[in-house]
Amino acid sequence: MSTDAPALEAQPPVHEHGPMGHVVSPAVLLAVFAVLVLLTLITVAAATPRLDFGPWNVWIALGIATIKASLVALYFMHLRYDNPFYGLLFVTAPLFLAVLLGLVLLDVSGYQGDIQTG
Amino acid sequence: MSPPSTSVEPAAGHGDHPRFLAHHFDTPGQQFSAGKLGMWIFLVTEILLFGGLFCWYAVYRSNHPEIFEYAHRYLDKTLGAINTLILITSSLTMAWGVRCAQLGQRRLLVLCLALTLAGGSGFLGIKYVEYRQKWREGLLWASRFNPKEPPPAAAPATPKARPGKPASAWPPGLTEKPQALAPAATPAQREPVPQHVGLFFSIYFMMTGLHGLHVIAGMTAIGWILVRSVKGHFGPQYFGPVDYVGLYWHLVDLVWIYLFPLLYLIH
Repeated sequence: MSTDAPALEAQPPVHEHGPMGHVVSPAVLLAVFAVLVLLTLITVAAATPRLDFGPWNVWIALGIATIKASLVALYFMHLRYDNPFYGLLFVTAPLFLAVLLGLVLLDVSGYQGDIQTG
Repeated sequence: MSPPSTSVEPAAGHGDHPRFLAHHFDTPGQQFSAGKLGMWIFLVTEILLFGGLFCWYAVYRSNHPEIFEYAHRYLDKTLGAINTLILITSSLTMAWGVRCAQLGQRRLLVLCLALTLAGGSGFLGIKYVEYRQKWREGLLWASRFNPKEPPPAAAPATPKARPGKPASAWPPGLTEKPQALAPAATPAQREPVPQHVGLFFSIYFMMTGLHGLHVIAGMTAIGWILVRSVKGHFGPQYFGPVDYVGLYWHLVDLVWIYLFPLLYLIH
């Protein structure tokens, strides 16, 4: 019916928001890379014996890893610019993993005392 | 027969159909979204695959923290950190490659993919050096754990780092004598060795080994994409395979981002 709609689509999507995804700019890619390197150095530095936060050590390391993982997923994997449905899909994995881990650890710690007092 | 197509064909001379548009899709955009959805679902199953191993890790570490604190000192933190940086860099070149494919920059795409492959090879090379060293020193899984030497000393004065516990109070489950030490070891060098230290290396080899297989699979896929990009298959209307392989490569990076602190940086 409409004759101009196809004409508009005929241009290949070379601009930043084509119909087939966002083209991430070099500045964003390099900035994310720089932050990832920085966080890697921080996580190594936080693991030296001088910096001891006792039982918090593992949580600090996991927190830094999660920030790094989020940066990779949001920018390198385009989740920030894509259809949010992909992000929703992706988040189900750690969510169900957390359920598995949480229940298994609860179960294991529930009877661990019975084993180790013997 | 076929639904009314709304897609607009590219330049004349290519027939009535873009070269890489499968016949069951109406538009390149539809084909791209379908492929991408499939890739994301696959990545979710990959996380659940590794999730089982992370669960294994969590159970054993929560029950036997002393094994992990003792055994992780056998690992080389520096090599682990270098490998982390290598993988992050290869993730950058991969993400840049997707950008090049989207913009139709063929030469730069080939360069980015080659650099990503080089990163993967570097990672595997360092992993090989680490594995070989573990093999030579008898640092293997479960009952094959027969170390020739104790691990490098932890921190200067480890016991003092835990103010709550006296230095001599090791948790139950520790043997008093290090079984595998050479008899010539001086008493000052002796340190209680936890039982079942091989458990750590079972986990280490299983997790890094499965991850290494993923690196190999990712490099194979990147090699395929590299050949196709040399042939000039990719451009603004068709870059799906580069994008999907990129997502897979980033996932391999994500898993390592967690493996590195969990295995190398325990304290």
